[in-house]
Amino acid sequence: MNKTSTKIKKIIGSIIKYLILTLGALFTILPFVWMILSSLKTSSEIVMAPPTFFPAVPQWSNYVKAWNTAPFARYLLNTVIITLCSTCGVIVTTILSAFAFSRLNFPGKKLVFSLFLSTLMIPGEMLIITNYITITKLKWIDTYQAMIIPWISSVFYIYLLTQFFMQVPDALYLAAKVDKCSDFKYMIKIMVPMNKQAIITIAILNIISSWNSFLWPLLVTNSDEMRVLSTGLVQFQTEAGASYELIMAASCILVMPIIIIYLFLRKYIIEGVTRSGLKG
Amino acid sequence: MEKKSVKGWIYILPSVLIMCVFTLYPLIRAILMSFSENYSLIKGTGTAFGLGNYQELFTDKYFLKAIRNTSIYVVFVVPLSITFSLIIAVLINNSGKLKGLFQTVYFLPYVTSVIAIGIVWRWIYNSQYGLLNYFLGLFGISPIGWLNETQYSLPALIIFSIWKSMAFDILIFLAGLQTISKDVYDAAKVDSTPAWRVFFRITVPGIAPMIAYAFIMGIISAFKVYNEVFSLFKGSAGPANSAITVVYYIYDQFYNNFNYGVAAAAAVVLFLIILGLTMLQRGISRLVKNKNS
Repeated sequence: MNKTSTKIKKIIGSIIKYLILTLGALFTILPFVWMILSSLKTSSEIVMAPPTFFPAVPQWSNYVKAWNTAPFARYLLNTVIITLCSTCGVIVTTILSAFAFSRLNFPGKKLVFSLFLSTLMIPGEMLIITNYITITKLKWIDTYQAMIIPWISSVFYIYLLTQFFMQVPDALYLAAKVDKCSDFKYMIKIMVPMNKQAIITIAILNIISSWNSFLWPLLVTNSDEMRVLSTGLVQFQTEAGASYELIMAASCILVMPIIIIYLFLRKYIIEGVTRSGLKG
Repeated sequence: MEKKSVKGWIYILPSVLIMCVFTLYPLIRAILMSFSENYSLIKGTGTAFGLGNYQELFTDKYFLKAIRNTSIYVVFVVPLSITFSLIIAVLINNSGKLKGLFQTVYFLPYVTSVIAIGIVWRWIYNSQYGLLNYFLGLFGISPIGWLNETQYSLPALIIFSIWKSMAFDILIFLAGLQTISKDVYDAAKVDSTPAWRVFFRITVPGIAPMIAYAFIMGIISAFKVYNEVFSLFKGSAGPANSAITVVYYIYDQFYNNFNYGVAAAAAVVLFLIILGLTMLQRGISRLVKNKNS
């Protein structure tokens, strides 16, 4: 009697557990599902009240229409250029700095490192206005370098990678020194391959934040040709007016590449964010 | 360690340069700007030094509204997101084979563009054709003007933000749950301790540092909210600026009103708030570490 009642309790417990988890999961993915479904509706289906959930015939042509109404190909190209360049820059500067901080000894090292760390407390949002003035003075408004150069170094990633580099045993370095291996060669041949995972994680995190960036590209560009996907989408939204099916299709164009990257590389991303979250 | 050599400087030079030009210089400049009255972009100086910008800032009803909105936002978003996330994280942690799947789904909002998904939420909130009003209609609630009535714009922003911030909180809590030793749970099982008691006596204290961390990070990010507002209200700060936030205010003063000194003063206030919160967070984590060791 007692045994069956605990069994029933257990079953009810797990039903409740999965019910909550499923409801929560539905709430989480609902906006994504709604975006995709809305992007495939006709212009009359989308303004139906009560709303229909599924389009009668999926209107794939909405994507073509949205793509052709605004220069999305150009926006995509700009976004890819900026994302790739800033990520390559971040990787190079991060590896160099992390190596110097973890392995080399130079005057003022401790001071510079703590100065670096203290800049983590400065909100980027605060610097945006004065950086905008700098960009104007450099006459960089409406250029790629305005969207790339300020973002090719990240103190946070340097901090993260330095910690990984510190875990590499000293013996390896000493052995390399005996073999007359230069510091630079040691960094490229030993440190980088040994910390491949961490470097890939940093690259992916940077790709995501660069791809999704909005306020900075919005500030430093004026012309249509220099827009990125996020600022282009906002512009498109103003132009498309009430054509919500096209706006949803355009939103999909911005969101989908990152979701695909996420689904394939989620291990790196989740690990990276966890690690960076628990730095404190 | 090797002998000191300047060679290391060559390695850190690119980062140092970028940091000086795009972090330190603008920081100092923003502070100076905030004390310059009638700052002119062309001249690069103001007419006098003083606290005028700060006086203007703290008497500006939109800035006060931004602070008030941020406070309301913090009071709702942070505790609600943490509570829901805690429950979900504990359930995910006990969901066996489906753990990976649930984790993947719940983390999705974190990686997506706030601008794009905010536009989707805007569509969900649409008073006429929106999904939310349709669901509410099923319960007999008449349509709500989520985005065009002043009293609903902040709740709309809050719901969207809870949806968004849960992703990070769940992740942090899941990581925290891995650090609690299994033996403690096994011991509780032997004693047949009720589940709610296990939750409050073992789980919550076990991940207390993560809860504190999520709490402060939640407050910090509340002060930085901008993209969410921009996308929900199509570039405005809601009807009659009812959903204005601190960063929105800074940007608006700077870019639209050319009120550079006041924008800089607001930026400095933002900096001080976040500095204080970060110090608090570091203090707490040090306290926790000391206690554990």
